[in-house]
Amino acid sequence: MVVARSGSKRTVAAIDAAAFKAGARIGMPAAKAQAMISGLHLVDADRQGDASAIERLALWMLRQYTPVVAMDGRDGIVMDTEGADHLRGGELPMLTGLVNALRGHGLQARGAIADTWGSAHAIARATRREVIIVPVGETAKAVVNLPISSLRLPSEIVSGLAVLGFRTVGELSATPRAPLTLRFGPEVGRRLDQMFGRVVEPIDPIRTAELVEVVRSFSEPIGAAETIAKYIGKLVVELCAALETRAQGVRRADLIVYRVDNTLQSLRAGTAKPVRDIPHLTKLLCSSIEKIDPGFGIEKLSLAATMIEPFEEKQSISSLVEETIVDVTPLLDSLGNRGQRMYRLAPVESDVPERNVGRVSPVSAKLGQAWPTRWPRPSRMLAHPERIQVIALTPDHPPASMTWRGKRRRIKRGDGPERVFGEWWVRSSEMEAVRDYYSVEDEDGNRFWVYRSGDGVDPTTGTAKWFLHGIYG
Amino acid sequence: MPITAANPVISELQDRIRRLEGGAARKGEVLSFGIAEIDAKLPGGGLARGALHEVAGGGADAVHGAAAALFVAGIVARTKGDVLWCLTRPDLFAPALAQAGLHHDRVIYVEADREEDVLTNFEEGLRFGGLGAVVAELVRLPMTASRRLQLAAEASGTIGIALRRWRRPTEAADFGQPTAATTRWRISVLPSEPLPVPGIGRARWLAELIRARAGEAAEFEIGACDATGRISLSPHARDGQDQARRSRNFA
Repeated sequence: MVVARSGSKRTVAAIDAAAFKAGARIGMPAAKAQAMISGLHLVDADRQGDASAIERLALWMLRQYTPVVAMDGRDGIVMDTEGADHLRGGELPMLTGLVNALRGHGLQARGAIADTWGSAHAIARATRREVIIVPVGETAKAVVNLPISSLRLPSEIVSGLAVLGFRTVGELSATPRAPLTLRFGPEVGRRLDQMFGRVVEPIDPIRTAELVEVVRSFSEPIGAAETIAKYIGKLVVELCAALETRAQGVRRADLIVYRVDNTLQSLRAGTAKPVRDIPHLTKLLCSSIEKIDPGFGIEKLSLAATMIEPFEEKQSISSLVEETIVDVTPLLDSLGNRGQRMYRLAPVESDVPERNVGRVSPVSAKLGQAWPTRWPRPSRMLAHPERIQVIALTPDHPPASMTWRGKRRRIKRGDGPERVFGEWWVRSSEMEAVRDYYSVEDEDGNRFWVYRSGDGVDPTTGTAKWFLHGIYG
Repeated sequence: MPITAANPVISELQDRIRRLEGGAARKGEVLSFGIAEIDAKLPGGGLARGALHEVAGGGADAVHGAAAALFVAGIVARTKGDVLWCLTRPDLFAPALAQAGLHHDRVIYVEADREEDVLTNFEEGLRFGGLGAVVAELVRLPMTASRRLQLAAEASGTIGIALRRWRRPTEAADFGQPTAATTRWRISVLPSEPLPVPGIGRARWLAELIRARAGEAAEFEIGACDATGRISLSPHARDGQDQARRSRNFA
């Protein structure tokens, strides 16, 4: 339990699940909680420490998730995820992944995605579920039953409203606005409008001193794609100049577009290696220019290098004899910014076929190792080995015939067995497992890679069932 | 045609046509198989670089694309530089490609969720110009798309190979539709080379050159790629087409 101190008053500021079960509530006097529960562990609140931790988290999210991230009150982070979720497979995988990542660091978080900042704020705090996604346009339905305390109003107004008998957002929004404004000021109406999306509430993205950012404001709003492209080009030049003085290169650049109607949009461009190449960066940013909706016009463009890494200019060795090695990273960047998965395959030390190929980053060092096997390998592997019916002489002859996907094939030739032992250090169930792989060829010349689970003699090594694992070319 | 070669007007016209057709027919810019019989059938003596080629599997391989993939791997193994391999179904087994001479360090896989994205990636890879080859596994290849790809390949000089692979065997009839590809191959598996002992010998394929721009169709029985990506002419084919066919039936 965390105890906050204001003057001589000590109140409960935060509790964990066990304390909640025992009856402690946020906001109750600490002495009362101590009287209720014996053996309570009290920790003094550290407002500044919390704030700086949340700020660090927000900066991490800024680099990882979306260009527009800001701190939300004392205990939250708000992100504009529009156009950023597809890179992580959609809204649900993104939010679940985020909550899981935080839990991996020992942080309990609740996440909500909704149409407006206000509603996402309220839903995340008022419900007990870890991950909630409100479909587009259903905000009003989702927030009706939420308590008025989730409206981001000052506590005096909340208690004043409670005295009048208001409990939920729905009740409050159904009440005529004029008397409320007369009594509590315009804040109530503003927060309600923000929650229901009637008033836009731009998220002012978090920035730190070391973040390199260049901004250009326009005296007249701009809107045409060519004009935007022209100014992106100018901003990139400024950004590269700023980075050059620090000997850094861009890994991730965010363009934030401020429209005249007080909303913002963002574009993000990522690169595989640090870059400071003006045409390349301009091209990356301009490639998604059609995603910007200028509306009534754009009044300000801001370009920030969210993620930077040391970048050194290298003297290229000019040689007429040697073949020039082409750097493919510009291509990888433009493919990657369209959300394509890129990888190279590299050997992994394992004898189990499905485990001996691993994906590595396309820009990782070329190590040059190779698979040690001299046995021919099939060029296509099935994602999951498929059951086949075979007639075979045990223990160590290739099948005489096999039935796969309903088609019976007579086997003319076969090679094997190649014995693969299970890896007990990966899975305990593979302690004694054995697979005997055979390559077989049917009458038409189709070649397959099949295996029998087990050595054909000892039932502890496998079930003696046959599987087809790969297709030879 | 020896008569036209003598006629200066016609040879001049042929030159002009060649210039109109673009850089695809530039001399020396070909990737030869190193087998005289096959190279002789291809205009320029090999597969033109800076052009789009189409390869599909025959029979069951139209769906699996196993032999076709190895044939393609053998071709791109003999280029220089990185290779971009665009696909939607990640079921290639890299050790097999390495055995066909295509080292895994050279191949960058680009996996997309949608078929259209594969086409876009393919074109972007071809336009980039710094790659050794670009391979894309495609179900559909419409005429317009293939024309764009061919132009992109011509502009950059990168060899582009569309590895056609269908979801169902019946869809493979799509391979009859015209595209702008310079050559079109169909690779079917044949029984492997017989060994004096029980076992499977070197794999053999029937490589049908279905279409070649400014060339003739042909078919070859070849031995699968060796460790440097080179195919060999199967000894049976030397006796002529008819016998080759028969040997396929009883082998």
